[in-house]
Amino acid sequence: MTDAPLLEVRGLNAWYGESHVLHGVDLDIREGETITLLGRNGAGKTTTLRAIMGILRRREGVIRLRGQDLLKLPLHRVAQAGLGYVPEERGIFASLNVSENLMLPPKVAENGMSVEEIYRLFPNLHERRSSQGTKLSGGEQQMLAIARVLRTGARILLLDEPTEGLAPVIVQRIGDVLVALKERGMTILLVEQNFRFARKVADRFYLMEDGRMVNSFPGREFDAHMDQLHEVLGV
Amino acid sequence: MAVETHFLPAQARVRTSAMILGAVAVAALLAAPFVVYPVFMMSVLCFALFACAFNLLIGYVGLLSFGHATFFGGAAYFTAHAVKVWGWEPLAGILLGVAGAAVLGLVVGFLAIRRQGIYFAMITLALGQMFAFICLQVPFTHGEDGIQGVPRGHLLGIVDLNDPFAMYYVTLAIFLFGYFTIYRIVHSPFGNILQAIRENERRAISLGYRVDRYKLGAFVMSAALAGLAGGTKAIVFQFATLTDVQWQMSGEVILMTLLGGIGTLIGPAVGAGLVIALQNYLAAYDFPVTVLIGIIFVICVLVFRRGIAGEVLELMKRKSG
Amino acid sequence: MNTIFGISPPALYGQILIGLINGSFYALLSLGLAVIFGLLRVINFAHGAQYMLGAFAAYLLLTYTGIGYWPALILAPLLIGAVAVVIERTMLSRLYRLDPLYGLLLTFGLALIFEGMFRYWFGAAGKPYTPPSQLAGGVNLGFMFMPIYRGWVVIASLVICLGTWLLIEKTRLGAYLRAATENATLVQAFGVNVPRLLTLTYGLGAALAALAGVLAAPIYQVSPLMGSNLIIIVFAVVVVGGMGSILGAIVTGYVLGVLEGLTKVFYPEASSIVIFVIMAIVLLVRPAGLFGREE
Repeated sequence: MTDAPLLEVRGLNAWYGESHVLHGVDLDIREGETITLLGRNGAGKTTTLRAIMGILRRREGVIRLRGQDLLKLPLHRVAQAGLGYVPEERGIFASLNVSENLMLPPKVAENGMSVEEIYRLFPNLHERRSSQGTKLSGGEQQMLAIARVLRTGARILLLDEPTEGLAPVIVQRIGDVLVALKERGMTILLVEQNFRFARKVADRFYLMEDGRMVNSFPGREFDAHMDQLHEVLGV
Repeated sequence: MAVETHFLPAQARVRTSAMILGAVAVAALLAAPFVVYPVFMMSVLCFALFACAFNLLIGYVGLLSFGHATFFGGAAYFTAHAVKVWGWEPLAGILLGVAGAAVLGLVVGFLAIRRQGIYFAMITLALGQMFAFICLQVPFTHGEDGIQGVPRGHLLGIVDLNDPFAMYYVTLAIFLFGYFTIYRIVHSPFGNILQAIRENERRAISLGYRVDRYKLGAFVMSAALAGLAGGTKAIVFQFATLTDVQWQMSGEVILMTLLGGIGTLIGPAVGAGLVIALQNYLAAYDFPVTVLIGIIFVICVLVFRRGIAGEVLELMKRKSG
Repeated sequence: MNTIFGISPPALYGQILIGLINGSFYALLSLGLAVIFGLLRVINFAHGAQYMLGAFAAYLLLTYTGIGYWPALILAPLLIGAVAVVIERTMLSRLYRLDPLYGLLLTFGLALIFEGMFRYWFGAAGKPYTPPSQLAGGVNLGFMFMPIYRGWVVIASLVICLGTWLLIEKTRLGAYLRAATENATLVQAFGVNVPRLLTLTYGLGAALAALAGVLAAPIYQVSPLMGSNLIIIVFAVVVVGGMGSILGAIVTGYVLGVLEGLTKVFYPEASSIVIFVIMAIVLLVRPAGLFGREE
């Protein structure tokens, strides 16, 4: 784990049409770190992920992966560079079954997990592999969404609210999966509103409000920032 | 259709300049037959009305009808038949055309409105083609020959429409009537609801509006006004043929509206004038008109979606800040 | 002689065969339209023109270079497909972010340009194109006489439809296509070059139309107008079938073709509008189409 950041974001501004939604966002992730973006609904967390990935195209600023500028790249090239995106709505393809959903992403890097490895990590998916993608439970769909991206060999996972709407026991399992991925050296950028979950997996936190970064702190300083968290998150 | 439209806001400055322009335009139209060949002007007026009627549907309701020739040409046939075969007075003949077009509009609209967007367009196209086939076979239309030699007659038994000036001013009156009818529809509560439907249909439904009824109502009005144009055209040019009901005609009126400016009141009329002028000009040369229409379509869709009136309005908006 | 419903069997079967042939073209063209629409959300009005261009390519290849039917079956689709790729890259792709009706209007304009130019160059009359000698003549099946070329057309179209279906349902490329139809952005986020996929799809659809054009040349004669009248009927077929599935487009095409043929036997005056009438009925009863999904 080197000290130079794997992913660098500087002064990121973004627009949805005429609406200016991100104001000079700065972000660093080092290799193997798990970073969490905290903030309430509408703070700009999802927008930040989409802007980094390149789904949101109207942007200004700097996005660098190992020194390579990502801003001008089309979405599929960003993915090929090693970023993997799991959207909030999961995006399981209804016209494909579990196995087909899983097999869909092309291997864009050598370290893309093989199907066997993935099924070992997600045994319940192996059981359900012939089911229609959308017939799975919420938790299983989330697993599938994460599993899918692992196929591409992405080294940085952008996860948007993976625990949203899931029962506590499933949330626990997802936490276990993330920890297992961390052990494999995966870098994770996580968007979460459930900060208790995030606490367990994240090394560092960024706090967002109204499209801006308002603070950042490492995991061990979490309790020290509780007041600010309560205020900004409104919980 | 989530198209870029420019519904006139009630800004005082825009209003005044619009009214001045309008007055100038009407004055020009009144003087026109002394300067320009009356038949050309009457052609422009008929198609301008046709295009304005079509625009009511696309610009303010967001529905692209690809079979509007059905109403235009159908009315032409009805009017031609009434005046030539039954000996009706011309205005009565035109009103029959309007009524016939409204009925056709009710039938086509009822079927087409069951789907949205692209499907709506395809359905109107298919139904239009079906109507064209029927027109080809039904005896009263005289198939390939069409109904020829429609007498101009005497308007209300008094005005001899064979006089080109008389015919022109009657046509102008009909155009202005149609134009102001559209203006009133757009600026009425009914029109406002149509706009709301176009902008956010789900919301309109959740507010309790019977959206389908409004759409159908707008469709029938648009068809009736297109029929007004068609019936008038039958009297002016004294024939009704298959060309009037074919998909190429439907395509032309779309082009006129697109070129002039979808969703602007005056745009379609401007577009109609341009296209007719172009066709007349090119008739002298060997160049295929269809190709030119296709080229203008492609250019408009790619880089000129606001149309002439739309661009002018945008310029005026920018200037007034 | 026996009759079936008052019609002599050869006449009846002859009409059914004609219906099957027409149905083959309806199926091929609505298949191409469905493939393009599914992914690009564009109604390719130029499909009829691409069909016509395919037929003309075969005709011109034969007339000016002596290249015959069999090579034309491959060359014409490649040529027309290449033209379509250029169209997609330079014009169509700019419209994806807009209302899909603009795509319809663009392709409509392109159709007018192609047909207008060809009409200007070649006139409106149809040009004959002789089928290759291997497919000439006919065979007596006992209950009817079947021209070999016509039998070939039906078989070829079935094979092409099956091949396309297999491509879409069973291959990796087809999986990308189906997934991208649902969520193009996400597929791209996995590293798949979706813009290129869109271009390929449009090219493939156009090539299918052109292939149909080559098949049609010996039967319907080669004329600049052959596409536009056909495409409107195909639109009606597509509305009846619903744009939901490839299979639906294929089945609807064949069925409507046969129904049209049967109508010609029993009620000839209605044959040119029967498909539209069926469309009207389907709209009343099942607006999403027989195989369609409610959007």
